[in-house]
Amino acid sequence: MNLFEIIQFLIEQLVFDYTVRTVALGCAVLGIVSGALGSFAVLRRQSLLGDAMSHAALPGIVIAFMLTRSKSSLVLMLGAGIAGILGTLLFIAIVRQSRIKEDSGLGIILSVFFGFGLMLLTFLQRDPDSRQAGLNSYLFGQAATLLVSDVITMALFGGVALLILGLFWKEFKLLSFDRDFGASLGFPMQWLDILLTTLLVVAIVIGLQAVGVVLMSAMIVAPAASARQWTDRLSLMVVLAAFFGALAGMGGAALSSLGDGLSTGPVIVLCISAIALFSILFAPNRGLIWRWVRRGRNRRRLRVGAVLGDLRTLALQHDDPHHAHSIEVLRAMSLGRGGVEASLKVAQGRGWVTEVTPGEWALTDAGILETERFVSADLGVTTA
Amino acid sequence: MTKPYAVEVNDLTLAYHEKPVLWDIDLVVPEGVLMAIVGPNGAGKTTLIKSILGLLSPAAGRVSIYGKPYEEQRHLVSYVPQRGSVDWDFPTNVLDVVMMGRYGRLGWFRRKKSHDHDLAMDALRKVGMEKYADRQISQLSGGQQQRTFLARALVQDAQVYFMDEPFQGVDATTERAIVTLLQQLRSAGKTVIAVHHDLQTVPEYFDWVMLLNVRRIASGPVAETFTEENLRSAYGGRVAFLSHAANGHVETTIVSD
Repeated sequence: MNLFEIIQFLIEQLVFDYTVRTVALGCAVLGIVSGALGSFAVLRRQSLLGDAMSHAALPGIVIAFMLTRSKSSLVLMLGAGIAGILGTLLFIAIVRQSRIKEDSGLGIILSVFFGFGLMLLTFLQRDPDSRQAGLNSYLFGQAATLLVSDVITMALFGGVALLILGLFWKEFKLLSFDRDFGASLGFPMQWLDILLTTLLVVAIVIGLQAVGVVLMSAMIVAPAASARQWTDRLSLMVVLAAFFGALAGMGGAALSSLGDGLSTGPVIVLCISAIALFSILFAPNRGLIWRWVRRGRNRRRLRVGAVLGDLRTLALQHDDPHHAHSIEVLRAMSLGRGGVEASLKVAQGRGWVTEVTPGEWALTDAGILETERFVSADLGVTTA
Repeated sequence: MTKPYAVEVNDLTLAYHEKPVLWDIDLVVPEGVLMAIVGPNGAGKTTLIKSILGLLSPAAGRVSIYGKPYEEQRHLVSYVPQRGSVDWDFPTNVLDVVMMGRYGRLGWFRRKKSHDHDLAMDALRKVGMEKYADRQISQLSGGQQQRTFLARALVQDAQVYFMDEPFQGVDATTERAIVTLLQQLRSAGKTVIAVHHDLQTVPEYFDWVMLLNVRRIASGPVAETFTEENLRSAYGGRVAFLSHAANGHVETTIVSD
């Protein structure tokens, strides 16, 4: 199969294959919710909290199964949510009550909860009850196990979370940008913080079945980080992040349906990572490529300006402002900045300098004007 | 009946990890003054403002604004946090930040209206930032950031303004603009309480001063309170007075830290 046939096959599957369609829908829902709420987590510098929460959910999933012997996604999601919130509360308590800093606190929560969860999993594997078999898939996610009922549960929880996000939009923006100012206005910032953090737990829990506890934090961070590259508006950023999340979710679900037993989590995460990489490189303004281009352009302008300035300095030592000088002198004056010849060629192209005899350069009238302009414009460096 | 003080603080005490940061602060600020809070690093200046505004929980103390508890008078109070306390790479523009000053009046769930927009533009005009309304906040200079914060405070239309280091790291133009703004606020009968670092400019910019170093050393009109003796007890040995006679009167240069 060539690439085109693969894409055609994937789209056909997405449209006509019942299982793939269900899975893709579920992954789209998780992408939308984690993208939207992840935007706030990233802006509030809570990306690591998301990671700790999703890892902390593992023991909750296992304990929920042990207590109920049910693998219904609602039960396991509740367990995951409770464990996630418990982990967060414990993290806050550690930071408040001890002198342990936030990053260490998150590390402690993540490793202790996750380790405990893994231990419970291995313990369960010795259980003759065969129903425990699927729990392992919560580590890296297995979207193929998503049923229509699971997708409906995810959509319901996610929908409510997004609705609350919309209702408290202005308050959440205040909380994320300037918490103290919000408090001075009389808003209960502590409660808003708890509410927004709870919504983040919901977003994480929704994705666990498909993406898994290990990689779920990527779905919180990457869509938001990608979206931030393309826009300077919060509302657009949230919408874009949701869109990127959905794109990666559906793409990952479709791709992982190609291989038998391929874990969905890593494939979805690879998709969103590709989107993030593309955004970081190519987004206008904030993208690295544009930054490099701008920096290179500035550097060339500076070099040309410096060479013109050197020519002027040399000419000032003579009565004739057009006095020609050897390129070797200019090279010595450039103090190893390099690119003297290239700069001269550029300036020659603009008609600022002229090569009087081979290797001997002089300013033209236009060049003298340009030099004045360049020097008075304070080197004319643009940073925008 | 005498007019109540704009701000009255009684017995305010606050500690971090058992170390007192503010100790038994009593303070009265009459209406219509521009008051500077000065004191060495770690004296608790920012903490005092935050405690008055209820952003920190003091171990003890009462705060009243115009004779009533702070909680009832919140709408009369406006706060300008330190410029560096927020992330200026947040995806939003100048007008949007100024609009946040209206959120308190808007209340829960309500969205801004065109009336709020007009007020925000007015405030931006007062600080000379109307051309920057649509500017991304990450592209502002330090002075422009400070003016944006001040516009956000103005749009609250408060009676008492608490400012945390409004002159910190701003250019000379912005400094002049802020001084003019403070004077306009005073003429309108507003009260301004500002944490201030530059002892040199206290007599020029302010008419009231509080010297703080965990305890209240002194507070009152600048002419009576801003004395060498009070400064020495606030700053300990870390303040030097370089006095010399020039043009017939003594000029004092104060160097702290």
